[in-house]
Amino acid sequence: MMEPLPPLLELVDLVVDIPGRADGAPLNLGVRAGECWGVLGPNGVGKSTLLHTLAGLRPARRGSLRLKGRFIHQLPRRQIARHLGMVFQDRQDGFPASVLETALIGRHPYLRAWELESAEDYAAAQDALARVDLTGMEERPIATLSGGERQRLAIATALTQDPQVFLLDEPTNHLDLHHQVEVLDIVRGMITQGRGAILTMHDVNLAARYCDHLLLMYPTGEACWGTTRDMLMPKALEKLYGQPLATGEVDGMPVFLPLGR
Amino acid sequence: MTRLALILAILLGGSLVAVIMAVAVGSVPLTPAQTLAVLTGGGEPLHQTLILELRLPRTLAAFATGGLLAVAGALMQVLLRNPLADPYVLGLSGGAAVGALLAMLAGLGTLMVSGSAFIGAMISTLIVFGLAHGTGSWTPTRLLLTGVVVAAGWGAFISFMLAVSPTEELPGMLYWLMGDLSHARSIWPAWTVLVIVVLAAMPLGRSLNVLARGPMQAAALGVAVRPLEWTIYIVAALVTATAVTVAGSIGFVGLVVPHMLRLVLGNDQRIILPASALTGGILLTLADTLARTMIAPQQLPVGVITAMLGVPVFLYLLHRSR
Repeated sequence: MMEPLPPLLELVDLVVDIPGRADGAPLNLGVRAGECWGVLGPNGVGKSTLLHTLAGLRPARRGSLRLKGRFIHQLPRRQIARHLGMVFQDRQDGFPASVLETALIGRHPYLRAWELESAEDYAAAQDALARVDLTGMEERPIATLSGGERQRLAIATALTQDPQVFLLDEPTNHLDLHHQVEVLDIVRGMITQGRGAILTMHDVNLAARYCDHLLLMYPTGEACWGTTRDMLMPKALEKLYGQPLATGEVDGMPVFLPLGR
Repeated sequence: MTRLALILAILLGGSLVAVIMAVAVGSVPLTPAQTLAVLTGGGEPLHQTLILELRLPRTLAAFATGGLLAVAGALMQVLLRNPLADPYVLGLSGGAAVGALLAMLAGLGTLMVSGSAFIGAMISTLIVFGLAHGTGSWTPTRLLLTGVVVAAGWGAFISFMLAVSPTEELPGMLYWLMGDLSHARSIWPAWTVLVIVVLAAMPLGRSLNVLARGPMQAAALGVAVRPLEWTIYIVAALVTATAVTVAGSIGFVGLVVPHMLRLVLGNDQRIILPASALTGGILLTLADTLARTMIAPQQLPVGVITAMLGVPVFLYLLHRSR
């Protein structure tokens, strides 16, 4: 019998380091090819911190991260950047830049110091822009983009980076309903050819529709994870947000609505 | 990268024209033919002395200083992720000025004044870096604020020294504070630093481009952010200190040149850094030529000219880019 492939990204007894907070429950889970993990939890529970930790941008308090079975701290930075692609929640636009230039920086981990971007790198960036429907806007200054276009561009940069696992911090933030669905459709489309994704979200119903696995982070430091079907328990979600919910059903999927007092 | 080659070719041509113009213009004006004759090894002895011993060293010093300031400005802007940063934003010129004025007050010679200025600039760099870095967190805002406050401290010290200095010392001191190239002697240190820094920065260019998108994004793309920021800081400080040592505090070149180039050429540091070196050189060469000829035989501090040229050009470009 064949050994199962190691997960693309594996958390082994991982405790995220949230300054001034006691240790949370250690996380033990693996993101495999084709999986889309949603991270749910109330504000301030450390979802972004978790994502930054997974991206190797800050040290964990305890435990370890493995990329395809290899410990992350044993890998050179550039190699991590080829494996994990992070889409941040907020972006710094200190300097003017064009859309194409912004997508092109995703090639950075593949180029040597003295190397210039080749025609293939430009083609990769163009291709990524086409996948988020930004073709024709290559020369636009990023300052002139709308929130939805800006978000799609950030995703295009991650697509250009061509990682195994996409880490997206609230990709639907500040977007209207249509653009939320559009961005999540793009994300689902990205998880092809053996890739995976983890995204933090606030919308339980969108998470239910788009993610096949969920990680719930409670304010108490507890956490539970599993398939979306197992995780979408009204009681668990009410406890998660400290908010009574009404449950309904649309197309055979549970829908949750927050109840007023 | 044919674009880079084209831009550099244009700017190199411009540099050559600026230098030839600068050495031709003066109390004894020379025709371009006479100037070229001297520069290619011939010409009359009088013209040779005039150009090779007086005008050329000063012109080359001006060019190198301008290049250094513009490169330092471009680096600082990326480091602080603020297009309005200039080489002096971290209080470096204040430290240099205090060092220079102290040496002048002590009646030391030009060489000692330069050395003292360099030491002052380095002390200021260490103070700002040490204080901003003290608790481990190092954000651009923190660095910027520390620099601004330290600069204010140096400013007070400078005012104090000006107030207690003997009257006959004041013109020399004010000249130094506004930037002055008439005492520039040795051009080799400035040129060496300029050439080495521009060449060494080229392989770092793409990392700098990524850093300009923010440290987190840069780290996520595999850039070793902290070592890179340290390198930029130290290099920019060294470059600025060299420039200040040659010519005092010349304002505006470091702010205007990189910003102007970004508006025209975009924000690729692999283009911006060499282009800044050449454009800064051209600008200061022209400014210094104006400074010594505009109201000849009197000379103006070159900082006055850079501001007079820089402000309108900058405002125009800013206005046009909207």
